[in-house]
Amino acid sequence: MLYFLIRRFFWAIFLFFCATVIAYIIFFVIPSDPATIACGTHCTPQIIAHVRQSLHLDLPIYQQYWIFIWNMFRHGSLGYSYANGQSVTSILRQDAPVTASLVFGGAVFWLGLSIPIGILSALRPRSIGDRFAMVFVLVGISAPPVWIGLILAYLIGFKLGWTPIATYCNLLPTSGTGECSGPAQWAYHLILPWMTFMFLFSALYVRLIRANVMETMSEDYVRTARAKGASAQRVLFQHVLRNSMLPVVTILGMDIGLALGGAVFTEFVFNLRGLGSQLILSAQRDDLPVVVGVVVFATLAVIVFNFLVDVTYAWLDPRIRLST
Amino acid sequence: MALLEVTDLHTRFRTDDGIVKAVSGVSFELDRGKTLGVVGESGSGKSVTFLTLMGLVDRRHAEVSGSVRFDGEELLGASGSRLQKIRGRRIGMIFQDPMTSLNPVKRIGWQLEEAVLLHHDVTRDEARRRAVEILKEVEIPRADARIDDYPHQFSGGMRQRVMIAMALINNPEVLIADEPTTALDVTTQAQILRLMTNLQQEHEMAIVMITHDLGVVAELADHVAVMYGGRVVEQAKVDDLFVKPEMPYTWGLLGSLPRLDITAARLEQIPGQPPSLLHPPPGCAFNPRCAYAFDRCREELPELRAGAGVVGEGHRFRCHLSDDERARIWEAKKAALQAEGSAA
Repeated sequence: MLYFLIRRFFWAIFLFFCATVIAYIIFFVIPSDPATIACGTHCTPQIIAHVRQSLHLDLPIYQQYWIFIWNMFRHGSLGYSYANGQSVTSILRQDAPVTASLVFGGAVFWLGLSIPIGILSALRPRSIGDRFAMVFVLVGISAPPVWIGLILAYLIGFKLGWTPIATYCNLLPTSGTGECSGPAQWAYHLILPWMTFMFLFSALYVRLIRANVMETMSEDYVRTARAKGASAQRVLFQHVLRNSMLPVVTILGMDIGLALGGAVFTEFVFNLRGLGSQLILSAQRDDLPVVVGVVVFATLAVIVFNFLVDVTYAWLDPRIRLST
Repeated sequence: MALLEVTDLHTRFRTDDGIVKAVSGVSFELDRGKTLGVVGESGSGKSVTFLTLMGLVDRRHAEVSGSVRFDGEELLGASGSRLQKIRGRRIGMIFQDPMTSLNPVKRIGWQLEEAVLLHHDVTRDEARRRAVEILKEVEIPRADARIDDYPHQFSGGMRQRVMIAMALINNPEVLIADEPTTALDVTTQAQILRLMTNLQQEHEMAIVMITHDLGVVAELADHVAVMYGGRVVEQAKVDDLFVKPEMPYTWGLLGSLPRLDITAARLEQIPGQPPSLLHPPPGCAFNPRCAYAFDRCREELPELRAGAGVVGEGHRFRCHLSDDERARIWEAKKAALQAEGSAA
């Protein structure tokens, strides 16, 4: 296990460098002049030159990259936005909870829907319920997230008026005036984005869970359990589910890790100020430090969730525990 | 009255391509403490026969008819909960592949305890004591330590011992062993078979030994049923079958058996493929591969019958060849085998 952790750690560092280097290179391939943006509206060439120097934009790319790495490891700083001078870490601290709320809440929704449906349609393949679930799956896979989000916002938020269609409320109560906050408001405002996630992901997960449960049901050890005299429910809960959840854990970890890097479309539709909308905004105005900051955060999210997947896997499957 | 009486058992599977007649009219009896060897190629219906009588075929796709009486009680059509009480308690079953027949994510102790707890109202501690005891009985070294291991920590032979332990943990009256040694290497095979016969004597249980290995049958069984194309084609006491088999398929099986006392230039083989159970040939299912088939074999299914001059009581077979012809062909075959043996 120790060897496994060490190997994982070095992979994570390698992955981190790859992601940040690629972000830097992409930025320097795109022709732009961040100094002009950073300077603002009333700029003279002298001021631009000064800004360029203070932001180290006059240095070659590898030196800029080095300064970025140095600041991060030495000062824990990801730099400052070219656009408004705000520190990138504070931007991340502000935006990450929004995306995290969206993604984790969404995951609860999509798993809560797809696990029962997947199991039921695996137990009754070709039944009416199974076919109905299949139609739902096809719609979910085919429809773009923006469309699902807009339709939900229109029907439930606007037509029925049951839920708000935009904005985010803090989970923890804040004393600021005019701001909505607290768990109830938080959940109330996020219902539609969560449902969007639910439709988007549960389609794939129903398919995945159905296939895995069906495959596990045909395993020899399931037949053994039945030959022992175990009831159908007991076979399902004690012998089938744990084995069939292994691949689901892998995909879930990857999806959550990726989504934390910015659920771009869903945030866009519901006007949530999360990492996804921040990434788009910053990329549009060539705000390199913020983009790299989001990339760093997303990389860490993917690394952390891959690690969690491995740990969960080892917990679920003793064969992996012992071979590593 | 026999412990297990199977009469005219049929199992048909509905598939997208049509109806697969996996088992067509199988009948046999098994007495307490006896061993029945069931021999046949893959796809001859031998496994399905016993999965059917255990109620382990998928009823959504299978049509089952006939009668299975176990200790006087009809099992076909019995309720699910009734069958659950019999499975694992009074009829134990072990399967061909020990590598995949144990749940990989549960400790073997847990799996053995489960078998006890499903049928007895005892505490987990008592179930665990019983599990250790049975593991010792199947000769697993350091049973009290190994009970907390996972299946993948055991070798194939050891896993098959665990499977046997699990099937025997409730002292069943019948053990159905579906090719229990096929996936094991030869020395392990011998150990497992010896273990099974020892346990049979101690527990006084009946064994159904499903196999394609006539050597295993010769060693263990009291009676043999040879299956082909979903039917029993010959059944007899084991000695009678080896002394004088009565139909061409059995001759083929015996001819393809390697023997150390006879140096054959090469083993005889039965030409062709096992019949399709989706579209079985008309008449005798073996006729396309039979060297002695004539017109009647292609039209009419031979009944399972006794013949004049057939050795042994209860010896039955399916063949249209006359008693004289069969006797003549078998004598010639036997002479040929012996000639090869003495020439070597």
